[in-house]
Amino acid sequence: MTAKRSRFGEASAQAVADARLQRTLGHVMHHFNDARTTAIQEMTEETWEQLRERARAIKAHTLEHLDYYLELVDRAVRRNGGHVHFARDAQEANAIVLAIARRHEVKRVIKGKSMVSEEMGLNHVLEAAGIEAVETDLGEYIIQLAREKPFHIIAPAMHKTRHQVSELFQKWLKSAPTEDIRELCKTARETLREKFAAADMGITGANFVVAETGTVVLVTNEGNGRMTTAMPRVHVALAGMEKMVPALEDVAVFLRLLPRSATGQTITSYVTLVGGPRAPGEMDGPEEFHLVIVDNGRLEMLKDPEFREALYCIRCGACSNVCPVYQKVGGHAYGGVYSGPIGAVVTPMLDGLRQAGELPFASSLCGACRDVCPVKIDIPRMLLRLRERSVEGDSSTERSASRMDRLLFRRWSAVMRTRKALERYSRVARMLQRPWARKGTIRRLPLPWVSRWVRQRDLPAVAKRSFRERWEEELSRQESPGP
Amino acid sequence: MRRRRSRGGQPKVEPKLKASLFVTCLIDQLYPSVGEAMVKVLRRLGVEVSFLADQTCCGQPAFNAGFWHEAAPVARHFLELFQGDQPVVVPSGSCAAMVKSFYPQLFKDDPEALAMTESLRERTYEFSEFLVKVLNVTDVGASFAGRVTYHDACHLLRELGVSEEPRQLIRGVHGVELVEMSGAEACCGFGGLFSVKYPHISTAILDEKLSAIDGAAADVVVANDMGCLMHMAGAMGRRGMRARPMHLAELLAQEGGGVTW
Repeated sequence: MTAKRSRFGEASAQAVADARLQRTLGHVMHHFNDARTTAIQEMTEETWEQLRERARAIKAHTLEHLDYYLELVDRAVRRNGGHVHFARDAQEANAIVLAIARRHEVKRVIKGKSMVSEEMGLNHVLEAAGIEAVETDLGEYIIQLAREKPFHIIAPAMHKTRHQVSELFQKWLKSAPTEDIRELCKTARETLREKFAAADMGITGANFVVAETGTVVLVTNEGNGRMTTAMPRVHVALAGMEKMVPALEDVAVFLRLLPRSATGQTITSYVTLVGGPRAPGEMDGPEEFHLVIVDNGRLEMLKDPEFREALYCIRCGACSNVCPVYQKVGGHAYGGVYSGPIGAVVTPMLDGLRQAGELPFASSLCGACRDVCPVKIDIPRMLLRLRERSVEGDSSTERSASRMDRLLFRRWSAVMRTRKALERYSRVARMLQRPWARKGTIRRLPLPWVSRWVRQRDLPAVAKRSFRERWEEELSRQESPGP
Repeated sequence: MRRRRSRGGQPKVEPKLKASLFVTCLIDQLYPSVGEAMVKVLRRLGVEVSFLADQTCCGQPAFNAGFWHEAAPVARHFLELFQGDQPVVVPSGSCAAMVKSFYPQLFKDDPEALAMTESLRERTYEFSEFLVKVLNVTDVGASFAGRVTYHDACHLLRELGVSEEPRQLIRGVHGVELVEMSGAEACCGFGGLFSVKYPHISTAILDEKLSAIDGAAADVVVANDMGCLMHMAGAMGRRGMRARPMHLAELLAQEGGGVTW
């Protein structure tokens, strides 16, 4: 049986063996989960559940009628004096952003946190075109300096110790060595201030886009959402098509769920609602506003009734925080833009099962993610479905289970179908296991899969007399004593 | 068994509640004494227990691995065997969940199997569910002296919503001190195929669970799922831990005595 590891197998093994990472993960996950629990206890359990139901219903409705709401947002943004673009994929989205940048002779871009821009690889595209792009979310800024991918959906640099951050700042910002967090923040703030002031264009994501009013909603703790959208002369907002919500009052429902689920805050320090360029008489705001609505595989998910609910995701990261697998391996092992439980569903859907087909199997299916999801996404159900697709294949993927697995399960199915076959195999197993069974325990067994178990765990031997034999021989004949 | 006096003065014996056992493949082949314990407890409570000898497996191992095509005939066999109207009692949260939560998904495109599933789901019970919700019993007359901690198996907790009943039953055992470990609801890392596909992650998760058991200074860790218990037991033995794993049925079959190891 080959010991060669898959990409995820290798990456996760490294993560588990990294003692410092394990300490950091343990500490941060514990903090996030405690903070979330405390924040949710601000309301009754009944109210929390009602909010979740309501939020899920809003998402379901909006996606059901997405074409209508996309049309609505298009009209609203244009009414506000802005521009709307639809991008079929990452390439198209990049081309749109570049075209806007070139038209305005943009040399310097500042960016708010945007996962869809990570899907696009936008920063690399801008840099290749000679445009400086600087992340203004502190976590994103840190990983930009480190040239790494995000480690967590909302806390991209959570794996970095203050020591590592200090080293990054010393190297790239020529700052003095310090492990004082306040000092480190001050350094980042001073550096970014200059970038804010000098930027020609601000690019943000969108936590929500209100169809009725053409409003982009941003939640931040640093205020970088506000600065990025107010200071530069052009603002480009990137939004996956699933970010639409019908009306402003719908945002209120999500704002009660998102900060609590994500960081355990009642509300984030800043909630920014913007849309459209500076209107006559207004003091702040860009001269031009562009909303780029991105598909990049979302339409396919929308069309698939089994997987549509993955689009309900509001990017809180709570699923990652409670996931026993994520808690041990962290975000980089997943190898995609989105990590954790939702990442294990979305990455195979966006990148294809051939590339990411392993992720749905890297789960114990415990269901803790579903318990905490603010929009009640049934992630385990979709993981199971993806496993089935991986094995059976579908219109776009060939079957990917190993030949040995397929043989094993076919055999298992044939045996388990009838009692006679099961009993026969049981007798054979009892005989064959004798060299390895000591006092009912097996410590070594060179069989596929089993050998991986016994490396770290004992296995029970097949019982000398099965339950069905005991029943046949004695139990069935015994009288019930009665109460 | 209650006796009612009829008008004629002769005691009238009420028919016993019947239950059909699905012992699960793990218990049948690897842990038969757990099945015996369950029979003992149910009989002590006056249940007439039957065991359909043709039973094999609920099909979950293949289903979880994505081999739905291979799982279906095994699940079909289960469905056909357990037709009728008797309650089916299952000493496993994950097997009971397979029938109640996952058969509808597996048989989505098979109306005949779906219909059989509907009738079966309502009368399929996990063991502790059956004792507390159907028999209305939390004290089964067991006694055991020791500190017992309870592990919430994932399917039992999150698919079936069962978490109070096992605790009530444990508290009902004379002499037992129920102690909660931190993260009782956290996964043990088994997850079926996951435990051998990603053994390093599986055992890292298991380590946390075992530390929590140690932290509770428990003599016994009880769970309602042999998958979880097999996983925990596998490492507990090698670590030389003080605590011993036990299925709930085994604890409820205890009659005095206590920690002897």
